[in-house]
Amino acid sequence: MGWITKLFGDKKNSGSVAKSRLQMVLSHDRTDITPGMMAAIKDDIISVLAQHLSIEADQVEVNLDQSGTESRLVAHIPLPSTRRR
Amino acid sequence: MKLGKVITITSGKGGVGKTTLTANLSAALASIGRKVVAIDTDIGLRNLDVVMGLENRIVYDLVDVIEGRCRLKQAMIKDKRVNSLYMIPAAQTRDKMSISPTDMVLVCDQLREEMDYILIDSPAGIERGFQNALAPSDQVLIVTNPEVSAVRDADRIIGLVDAAEKGPAQLLVNRLKPEMVARGDMLSINDIVEILAVDVLGIIPEDESILISSNRGTPLTLDNGHMPRARIAVQNVARRIEGESVPFIDLTAREGLLSKVKGWFGG
Repeated sequence: MGWITKLFGDKKNSGSVAKSRLQMVLSHDRTDITPGMMAAIKDDIISVLAQHLSIEADQVEVNLDQSGTESRLVAHIPLPSTRRR
Repeated sequence: MKLGKVITITSGKGGVGKTTLTANLSAALASIGRKVVAIDTDIGLRNLDVVMGLENRIVYDLVDVIEGRCRLKQAMIKDKRVNSLYMIPAAQTRDKMSISPTDMVLVCDQLREEMDYILIDSPAGIERGFQNALAPSDQVLIVTNPEVSAVRDADRIIGLVDAAEKGPAQLLVNRLKPEMVARGDMLSINDIVEILAVDVLGIIPEDESILISSNRGTPLTLDNGHMPRARIAVQNVARRIEGESVPFIDLTAREGLLSKVKGWFGG
């Protein structure tokens, strides 16, 4: 399969790669939150939640989200599948 | 007495075309009858003089004016190819600290009395040179190219302009290659506007004739009889500065004779 994708190229156009890389780097530039701080924030969120809930740490995502000039922190924390009680 | 407008052309990143656009925009505004002076504030790395083809006529420079070695008038080189176009060169053997933002405000306040437009060619960077160029500004134009590094730096500059209460800045997107945008290999104008959230005042396509005009020291907007799209694009920026509402040229169309002719009328 590798050679097929190489031949026909399922790579994204470099223009859209440029756009998403820019959006990422600008969300960090504008908020002055480094990728290292993001990792630390994520670890802290996990440890706080773990005191109350059982969560799967490797499923947690914390991202900077940019729309227009507005930035927000978005945490995605899936809970383990719940049975009805 | 006139009350001229000070327009600062800046970018953050170097090499995006600030000086070339300052030269061409100044010439375009002078060509429609306005009194224009272009000031090179890149002390130590002057270049507006060579791009405009006025390098052999320099006697005094901006630092000479500020340090009182000459009168302002003596440092203004008059362009002989068009009425009412002047250029004040930067000093070549000094540095950015030779002038202060206050000096720039004083010089520009004097120029406002006689000129319609004072265009300031800012140095790259965000330090003293940029602060000097920004201080007297009424309108800030940020030059960028459709590439990641230039857009990132433009974002930083937009923030600094806002913080200095000189905003909102407007964007000049320079060196756009419509064929690359069409095949998805270049940031589009929409991408850039979405990311930076500012108004676009001009879109200038990549055009060999710009380099050729810099080689000769003849701004494209003074080279009569030659009408590439880049020239029309710059002239349109001049008209928009004048308050006219001018649609952007259709850069997706191939530059055949027909679209050239259309460009003369509608573009």
